[in-house]
Amino acid sequence: MLHDQNTHDRDPETDDHEHPHPHPHTDTAGVLPRTPGRGLRIGIGGPVGSGKTALVAALCRALGSEVSLAVVTNDIYTTEDADFLLRNGVLPEQRVRAVETGCCPHTAIRDDISANLEALEELEESLPGVELLLVESGGDNLTATFSRGLVHRQIYVVDVAGGDKVPRKGGPGVTRADLLVINKTDLADRVGADLSVMDRDARAQRGQLPTIFLSLTEDPGAAPVAAWVRSCLSTMD
Amino acid sequence: MAAETLAALLLLADGRLPAGGHAHSGGLEPTVAAGGVHDIASLEEFLRGRATTSGAVAAAFAAAACAALTAGDTGRFAVLDAELDARTPSPALRATSRKLGRQLQRAMRAIRPHPCWAELGSRPHHPVVLGAAAAVSGLSPSAAALAAVHDAVAGPATAAVRLLGLDPFATHAVLARLGPLLDDVAADATRRAAGSPADLPASAAPLLDLAAERHATWEVRLFAS
Amino acid sequence: MRARATLATALAADGRTRVATLHSQAPLTLRLTHPKGPEPWTGHDAGAARVCVAASAAGPIGGDDYDLTVDVGAGSTLVLRDISATLLLPGPHGELSRLRTTVQVGAGATLVWLPEPVIAAHGCRHRSDIRVELGTGARLILSEQLLLGRHGEQPGSVVQHLRVRLAGRPLLNQQLAVGPGAAGWDGSAVIGDRRAIGSLVVVDPGWTEHPPEPALLGDAAVLPLAGPAVLVSALAPDALTLRRCLDTALARLAGTHGHRQPAAR
Repeated sequence: MLHDQNTHDRDPETDDHEHPHPHPHTDTAGVLPRTPGRGLRIGIGGPVGSGKTALVAALCRALGSEVSLAVVTNDIYTTEDADFLLRNGVLPEQRVRAVETGCCPHTAIRDDISANLEALEELEESLPGVELLLVESGGDNLTATFSRGLVHRQIYVVDVAGGDKVPRKGGPGVTRADLLVINKTDLADRVGADLSVMDRDARAQRGQLPTIFLSLTEDPGAAPVAAWVRSCLSTMD
Repeated sequence: MAAETLAALLLLADGRLPAGGHAHSGGLEPTVAAGGVHDIASLEEFLRGRATTSGAVAAAFAAAACAALTAGDTGRFAVLDAELDARTPSPALRATSRKLGRQLQRAMRAIRPHPCWAELGSRPHHPVVLGAAAAVSGLSPSAAALAAVHDAVAGPATAAVRLLGLDPFATHAVLARLGPLLDDVAADATRRAAGSPADLPASAAPLLDLAAERHATWEVRLFAS
Repeated sequence: MRARATLATALAADGRTRVATLHSQAPLTLRLTHPKGPEPWTGHDAGAARVCVAASAAGPIGGDDYDLTVDVGAGSTLVLRDISATLLLPGPHGELSRLRTTVQVGAGATLVWLPEPVIAAHGCRHRSDIRVELGTGARLILSEQLLLGRHGEQPGSVVQHLRVRLAGRPLLNQQLAVGPGAAGWDGSAVIGDRRAIGSLVVVDPGWTEHPPEPALLGDAAVLPLAGPAVLVSALAPDALTLRRCLDTALARLAGTHGHRQPAAR
C-alpha cells in the first residue's frame, strides 16, 4: 500500500495508542460476501459539501484506466452532477446510475437498501466484468452509515471546514468507516481548524482504522485514497 | 382474521419493511409541484382519491395473487400481470410498479424463503408480489388487500410530511380518518378477487397518470415516483 | 325505456365495406351518412361505411337502458359518429341509466369511432360499459369526451368503463368514476377541478415494433400501452379546450386527413 505523508493509517501490530472508550471494531469484516466475478462495492458517505462527488470524480480519474468501474449516486442528481462526473472522471453515461432517496439519504444506504442493490445489479448486468462499484450517498449528518448488506467497504468523508471537532463528535461514519478522509486540508488555516486535534481525535475514535488527510486541490487524483482502494481490490479478491 | 397472523400482517404493512417504498411518493411529489396538494385538507382529498382508484386496484390484485398462491395456482400470476398492465396505462407507473415489485420480491426472498419468488419472474408487478408475500406469511386475501390499500396511502402521506413539512400528527390523523374507507376498499377488493381476473377493479385516476408521466421527465427528483 | 341497436359491416367482393345489419330501436337510431368533417385514417376512403347514432329523444334519463352492438367484419372499415352531444339526465326516482356497447372488430378491420361529448347534468346517475374485442391486425380509434355539468352546474354521478382486448388478451381496462357517488373524485389524484375529461385510444398493428413515445401535451398525456396501442388521457377546464387537445393528439397519432370533403356521390 502506498503511504502518503498525509496518511495516518497505522500498522495494528505497532499501534499502541490509548483507547479512552471501547471501539465497535467488530463488524468491519462485513456481512456482504465477495461474489466471484462481481465487483467490489465501496460506499462513500459524509456530510453535505464535504467533497464526496469530487472524491468520486478523483477516484474515477485515478482508477478509470486500471479497472472497470461504475458509480451509483444517491445525491440529488442534476445533469450538472452527471456532467461533472463525465467530464472529470471520464466516465461514460452508462457507468453512472442515480437513485432517488425520498428526502432520506441515510435510509437508502442503511435501513432500506433495496433501490441501491437494484442499481448495483443493473450495472453489473449491463457491464459484465465490472470490478469496482462506488456508491455515493446523499449528503447527510454525522449519524449516517452504510449497511454492510450494501457495500464491502466504506469511506467516510468530512472536511476541515466543518470544524475540527467533527472527529471528536464521532458517529458511526467517523468511528466505523473503513477509511476516514479528512478533506480540504488546504483550507485549515483559513477556517481555524487544527489538523493535529483532528488527527488525535480520529485516532481515539477509530483505533486501528485508517484516516487520510486530503486536499483535492493539491492532489486532484486523491492518490492516497486511490491507493487504499487498490489495496482493497487486491486483498479482497 | 386469525389473531396468530396479526404480527405477520404488521410486518408486511410496516413502512420500515426494506422494500424500497420509502423513496416513492405515490404521485405526491409531482402533485405538490403542480399545486394539487398544499395542506392537510388537499392531502386528504388526494389520498381519498388514491385509495379508491389505484389503491382499490392494488388491493384487488394483491388479494387475487394471495388467493392464487394459497390455492397453489401460480399459473395465475401471468394472467394477473397482463390484467394489471391493462389497468396501468401510464408507462411510468407500470415501470414503478415493476420496480417496487422486484424490490419487495428481493426483500421477501430473504425474509420468507419460498419457491414462489422464482416463479414470479424477474419484473413482477408490486401488488402481485404483495399478495404472494401475504400468502407466504400465512395471511388471507383480505389481509393482503388491506396491506395494499394501506400502502397506497401511507407512502404519499409520509412524503407529504417530508416535502411540505406538514404536521406529522395532523397527517396521521388523516390516515386515521381514512381507516373506514380503507376497510371498505379492502373488503370490496377481497370480494371481487374471488371472481375472474378480467373482472377485477379497474379504477382510473387520470391526474395520477399525468403526474407520473410529468415526474418521469424531471431532471431532479427527490422521490423515485 | 329499453332500446337495442345492432350494426354489422362486411367486406364486399369489390373491396368496399357494405353495411350488413342496421337495426335500430328508438331512441337509439342508426343512420347511414356521408363523410362529416375530418377523418383520421379513412378520410379519402370512399369504400368505408359511415354510420351515425342519432338520439331521437332527450337522455338517456335515469332508468333508461340502452344496448348497442357493433360488429365490424374482417377487413371492413367503419366510421361511427354521433349526430349530437348526449345529455345525461336524472330519472324521476334517481334510477341509474345504462349504456352497454359491445364491439367486435374483426381481423384486419378498422373502426374509427368519434362520438360527440357526453354531458352529465346535475343529479344524473349513469353507467356506460364499452367492451371492444379486436381481432389480429385490427385497427381502432375511439375517443370519449365527458363534460361534468352544463354551464356552472354540479354534475351527477357517472361511471365510464372501457375494456379493450386484442387477440383475446387485455389491452386496456379503465373505469372512471366521477361525481358525488365517487370518493375523492375531485381531489388532485383523480380529476381535481377539471370539468372536461377525455380519452383517445388508438390501436395500430403498425406499432408492434415501434410504439410511439410517451409525451405530454399540456394537461394531456400520450401513454403508450403494453401493446401496439396508445391512450391519450386529457383533462381540461372546458369542452373547447378538451376538443382541441384531443384533435391535436389525434392528428399526431393517426394523421387527420380529409379536411376537404370527398366529391359528392
